[in-house]
Amino acid sequence: MAKTLEIRWHGRGGQGAKTASLLLADVAFNTGKYVQGFPEYGPERMGAPITAYNRISDDPIRVHSNIYDPEFVVVVDETLLTAVDVTKGLKEDGAIIINSEKSGEELRPLLNGYKGKVYTIDARKISVAALGKYFPNMPMLASIVKVANVMDEADFLEEMQGSFKHKFASKPEVIEGNMQALRMSLQEVK
Amino acid sequence: MAIRERLSGNEAVAIAMRQINPDVMPAFPITPSTEIPQYFSSFVANGKVDTEFVPVESEHSAMSAAIGASAAGARTLTATSSCGMALMWEELYVAASNRLPIALALVNRALSGPININADHSDSMGARDSGWIQIYSENNQEAYDNFVQAFRIAEHKDVQLPIMICQDGFITSHAVENISLLEDEEVKNFVGEHDPENFLLNSKTSMAVGAYATPAFYMEAKKAQSEAMKNAKQVILDVAKEFKALSGREYGLFETYKLEDAECAIVIINSAAGTAKDAVDNLRAQGKKVGLLKIRVFRPFPAEEIAEALKHCKAVAVMDRSDSFNAHGGPVCAEVKSALYGLDKKPLVVNYIYGLGGRDVKVENIEEVYAALEEIAAAGKVEDDYRYLSVRA
Repeated sequence: MAKTLEIRWHGRGGQGAKTASLLLADVAFNTGKYVQGFPEYGPERMGAPITAYNRISDDPIRVHSNIYDPEFVVVVDETLLTAVDVTKGLKEDGAIIINSEKSGEELRPLLNGYKGKVYTIDARKISVAALGKYFPNMPMLASIVKVANVMDEADFLEEMQGSFKHKFASKPEVIEGNMQALRMSLQEVK
Repeated sequence: MAIRERLSGNEAVAIAMRQINPDVMPAFPITPSTEIPQYFSSFVANGKVDTEFVPVESEHSAMSAAIGASAAGARTLTATSSCGMALMWEELYVAASNRLPIALALVNRALSGPININADHSDSMGARDSGWIQIYSENNQEAYDNFVQAFRIAEHKDVQLPIMICQDGFITSHAVENISLLEDEEVKNFVGEHDPENFLLNSKTSMAVGAYATPAFYMEAKKAQSEAMKNAKQVILDVAKEFKALSGREYGLFETYKLEDAECAIVIINSAAGTAKDAVDNLRAQGKKVGLLKIRVFRPFPAEEIAEALKHCKAVAVMDRSDSFNAHGGPVCAEVKSALYGLDKKPLVVNYIYGLGGRDVKVENIEEVYAALEEIAAAGKVEDDYRYLSVRA
C-alpha cells in the first residue's frame, strides 16, 4: 500500500484547528494529492480540547478511522501539553509543532519522553503583528506545510492568496494581514 | 468533463441537490439536521436554484410538507439525521404508502440515549420497514453519485416509492475528501423532467391522496407497495448502467472486493467498508483468502444475489452498526442469514455489532474480525454468533 502522510491537530474549541486542518486539505488537494480533512466531534463548546486530522496521499484514501500513529502533530494551544497526551502514537521519525514562545527543548520535558523533533512557533506574536488579533491557525498552517514539506513555499503562498481572495471576497482588507502571517511563520518556525 | 473537487459529504450532497434543482425542499434547518439544508438554502438565497425552500418547525412537518408537495406534483426532497428522522417516523410510512417519489438525504447518526451525536445506523435501520428504498454510501463520492441517481429510481413508473440516500455522520458527512463531480448540464439531462402520471394539481383529472382504506382495500395497497419494491431492484440496476455510461463509475446492488476466491468474508455497510478494504489488502499480502461484500441497496434487499455471492465462503461475519435488541443479532445479519437459508451448503455466520455512537473502527479492528472468522472456519462451528466489537467488558 502506498505511503499516506498522517497529521493530527490538537486545539481548543474556537481556535480554528478544524479550519486549519480543512485548509491544509485544500492546499494539498491543489498540489494534486488525495486528501482527507476531518474533525473529531465531542461536546462542542469554546475552550474544550478538540482533535482534527489530515491524510495526504498520492493514491485514493479508503480508510475512515481516526489517526493513531501520525507522522506529525500540531498543537495549537500550549496549555494542552499538560491536559492531553499529544505525542501518543507520534512516530519518532516524525515531528511535533507547538504554538509557544518557548523553544522545543524547553517544552520537551512535557512531552512524555518523545524523542523526535520538536518545533515551536510563536503564533500569538506573529498573529498580533500581522493581523492585530490572535488567530493562531494561519501560523500553524504555514508551520506544518513547511515542516512536513507538504509543498513548495512559493506555491503555498500563491495558493493561499487565491484561496483568501475567494474566502474574504467581502472583506479584502484582511487578505494582506493573513498573507503576512503566513510569510512570517514560514520564516520563524524552528 | 468531470470536475475534480474536494468536499465534505454534506457539501457533496447539497451540490447534487443544486444540480437536480428540485421544485420544493421542506427541511428543519437546525440540529439534529446537518449542514445540507444550510448549504442548500444558500443556493436558494443566491438564486442558483428555483426551489421553494420551506424552513419548517419540525421534522414531522418537514416530511408532511414533502408529502403535500410531492402529491401536488412537485419534485421534492429533504434532508435529516438521527432523531430528526425519528420525528418523521409516522410520515415516512405515509409517503411510501401514497407512492410519493420523495428523496431524502440521510446522515446516519445514533439515536439517543445515552445522548450521542455520532455515526451509527440506528436511524435508518429503524426505518427499514417503512417502505422507503434505502441506498448506502461508503464515501462522499458515493453519497453524491447515489443522490444523482435517486429520482430516476424513485420516479420510475414501475417503482414510485420514496428513496433515502444514506451516509455516515461525521465520518463522511463532515470529512473533506477528493471527489469527482459531474457538470450541471450532465446531471440535469440525466435526471430529466419530473412527469408524474397522477398529481393533485392536475386540473384535468381529480384524485384523492391519503384516503382511508378499509380492510377490503388495505392489503391490496400494501401488496402494490411490495411489488413496487421488487421492481425497484431492476430499475436501480438500469439506472446504474446509465450512470456508468455518464460517469465511468460502476454501481450495483452491492460491491464485492476480492470475494471471488475468499474463504472468509465480511458483509458491511457505509464508511467502514473502506477501512475494511485496507484490512483485506493487508491480510491478502499475508496470503490469507479474505474478501468483502459491501451492501449498497438494503431496501429492496438483494437476497438471492447476496446468497450467490457468499455461498462459496466458509465463514462470514455480518457487521451491524445498530442493534435490534432481539437478543439474537442486528438487522443486517438477520437479512443476510435469511438470504442464505435456501442454500444447500451454507457458510457459517457470525454477527458483530460495531461502531455504535461513533465508536471508531480501525483497520486492526476489522483484522480481528477476520482472525475470528479463520478460527470459526477451522473449527467448523460458531460458538457465540452475536458479538460486540471493540467494547470494554
